Amino acid sequence: MNQFLFGIFPYIALTILAVGSIARYERDPFTWKSKSSQLLRRRQLMVGSVLFHVGVLVIFFGHLFGLLVPVEIYEALGVTPQAKALMAGIGGGIAGVIALIGGLLLAHRRLMDPRVRATSSFWDTAILLLLILQLLLGLISVPVSLSNLAEGEVVLFMNWAFGIFTFDPKAASYIEHVNIIFKLHIILGLIIFILFPFTRLVHMLSAPVRYLWRPYQVVRTRRRKA
Amino acid sequence: MKVRAQIGMVLNLDKCIGCHTCSVTCKNVWTSRDGVEYAWFNNVETKPGIGYPKDWENQKRWNGGWERTRSGKLRPKQGAKWRILANIFANPDLPEIDDFYEPFDFDYDHLKSAPQMEAFPTARPRSKVSGQRMEKIEWGPNWEEILGGEFEKRSQDYNFEGVQKEIYGEYENTFMMYLPRLCEHCLNPACAASCPSGAIYKREEDGIVLIDQEKCRGWRMCVSGCPYKKIYYNWESGKSEKCTFCYPRIESGMPTVCSETCVGRIRYLGVMLYDADKIQEAAAVAGEQELYDAQLGLFLDPTDPEVISAAREEGIPEEWIEAARHSPVWKMAMEWKIAFPLHPEYRTLPMVWYIPPLSPIQNAAEAGAIGVDRDMPDVRSLRIPVRYLANLLTAGDEAPIVSALERMLAMRAYMRAKSVDGVVDLEIARRVGLEPRQIDEMYRIMSLADYEDRFVVPTTHREMVEDAYDLRGGCGFTDGNQCSAGSSGGKLFGSRTFVTPTEAMS
Repeated sequence: MNQFLFGIFPYIALTILAVGSIARYERDPFTWKSKSSQLLRRRQLMVGSVLFHVGVLVIFFGHLFGLLVPVEIYEALGVTPQAKALMAGIGGGIAGVIALIGGLLLAHRRLMDPRVRATSSFWDTAILLLLILQLLLGLISVPVSLSNLAEGEVVLFMNWAFGIFTFDPKAASYIEHVNIIFKLHIILGLIIFILFPFTRLVHMLSAPVRYLWRPYQVVRTRRRKA
Repeated sequence: MKVRAQIGMVLNLDKCIGCHTCSVTCKNVWTSRDGVEYAWFNNVETKPGIGYPKDWENQKRWNGGWERTRSGKLRPKQGAKWRILANIFANPDLPEIDDFYEPFDFDYDHLKSAPQMEAFPTARPRSKVSGQRMEKIEWGPNWEEILGGEFEKRSQDYNFEGVQKEIYGEYENTFMMYLPRLCEHCLNPACAASCPSGAIYKREEDGIVLIDQEKCRGWRMCVSGCPYKKIYYNWESGKSEKCTFCYPRIESGMPTVCSETCVGRIRYLGVMLYDADKIQEAAAVAGEQELYDAQLGLFLDPTDPEVISAAREEGIPEEWIEAARHSPVWKMAMEWKIAFPLHPEYRTLPMVWYIPPLSPIQNAAEAGAIGVDRDMPDVRSLRIPVRYLANLLTAGDEAPIVSALERMLAMRAYMRAKSVDGVVDLEIARRVGLEPRQIDEMYRIMSLADYEDRFVVPTTHREMVEDAYDLRGGCGFTDGNQCSAGSSGGKLFGSRTFVTPTEAMS
């Protein structure tokens, strides 16, 4: 079971994430959007959305660097696993609380505002609630992780994540004995990966960074160039 | 010199009767769909009034259009690029749907299904967004129709800047005019500049500004970027939409629906050639009152051999250059100087221009208190204050407006003399700086306004349009992705299959 959940399931989730997103972008680009409801109701979104997005972005990059940068680099920089876990716990904890406050504001707005509620699809609401649940799991894991600082559990997760991306068949075994709360957090995370291509979450892949260097005016011509 | 062609429009406000036919036909063709019930690509406002959406002209509040930085560069008023991206999670300048109006329908069914009761059954309003009962409708797209509402509220109109507005609240001194509005298809569009996805583009061939529905991600910065508030966020599809200048019609040489159906025959369409290399320079001139002249400086004379050869070099088809020579827009904007851009101070270089309306002369003039110079009353004694029109059309510069109004009065006086008294009064023409030949042409185009004189639209060259062979048996115009209407049903991708009218009936 452990081998399936943490050794095989991640590949299933990542494949659906990648193939699903490409297929949607290719097949139905018109549905690829952020689906903002700010026009319908400004209240609560102004604060909620900013807190939620900023918090989630910090957490996202925290996980990305925390899990996928090889242990050796941290060692070379002189960061001990304990220091890293402390950093992740405090940084992630603060960002998590910010995102959670934002998420709760948004969820309240989505469920209680008649306009927003009427125009929400099932998955608009469901994915928000799942993300809030994931935030809660992540926040609960912080004290667990900080209370076992000495054991260097954090290295186990790095080994696992790194193992997944380097096709290490033993990857799942690294985290076999960690606290259940971490396991739930990982499983829910993978489920969110699977849902990603089918919900509004895809808008994060369209983060419009290229805007910064394109010219202000875009001109298109249908004249066939010789 | 980089010559580009643009289809421009002129609206002769002197002839607008405020019938809303343009708005209704436009709505029937383009926005009779879920999510854009509240959107009117074309709407007619009664001025003075705060308009639709509320107070749209006040850029201190909405931050639309461009601003000139201290170094003389242009940047969107809502912020430089990094600032626009920083506001992406929550756009502080975005209007709420209530600023337009909450779309509603009436419970018509209740009229026939109500049980017998003491009171007569009524059809009460219901929100099209939430489906809930609306007790009171408090705003609509033409709420101020024919000066509806208190003067107190209407006088918040931005164009009263510098006008002693109190006296216009008095019954005897009141004035009104209509202002039909649509997308300006600007030479320097602020919506396109604000779009983080780069989905808004200007077509090189005819200058029409469109939104690529498959590239739009719904970041909604264009809505706040456009100072005319002519971009509408479709809350159903999550994409922005705007006036398309009826491009499928324009491509086949037909006028836009709003122009075609205008019963007052106030709309004119024509080709303008302009120098695309000078856009930035013209839009960034220091003084706001210089912008009108700067924009005139962009337009190229289609009879100038140098311009013609440069246009040919850019691949502009011969018919287009020919059409530019007969363009009513050129005549009104450049030759007679009676048409003006709407709010040039937004620095977007708009391409839908307006001829200011004449208005009745104040009682004072008839009583002899104001000088009448040879049948020609002083335009400053017209009921609509010149300053008000100048705030609307020339960033407050009264001289060009006065000259335009005088020319229109002169045309009337000249033609009256010619057709009633049988006298050609050269003095009238000379006084306003026009040739008799020009006045005759003005009369033909503005007063008779034949179809061929109003709409000089060349067809798009076949080799420049899509190969229609692949489109056979298609869905016609949809929002994108072939037959998908793109709104969220219960399906995985939130797509909904398009239902043809025949299918819906069976």
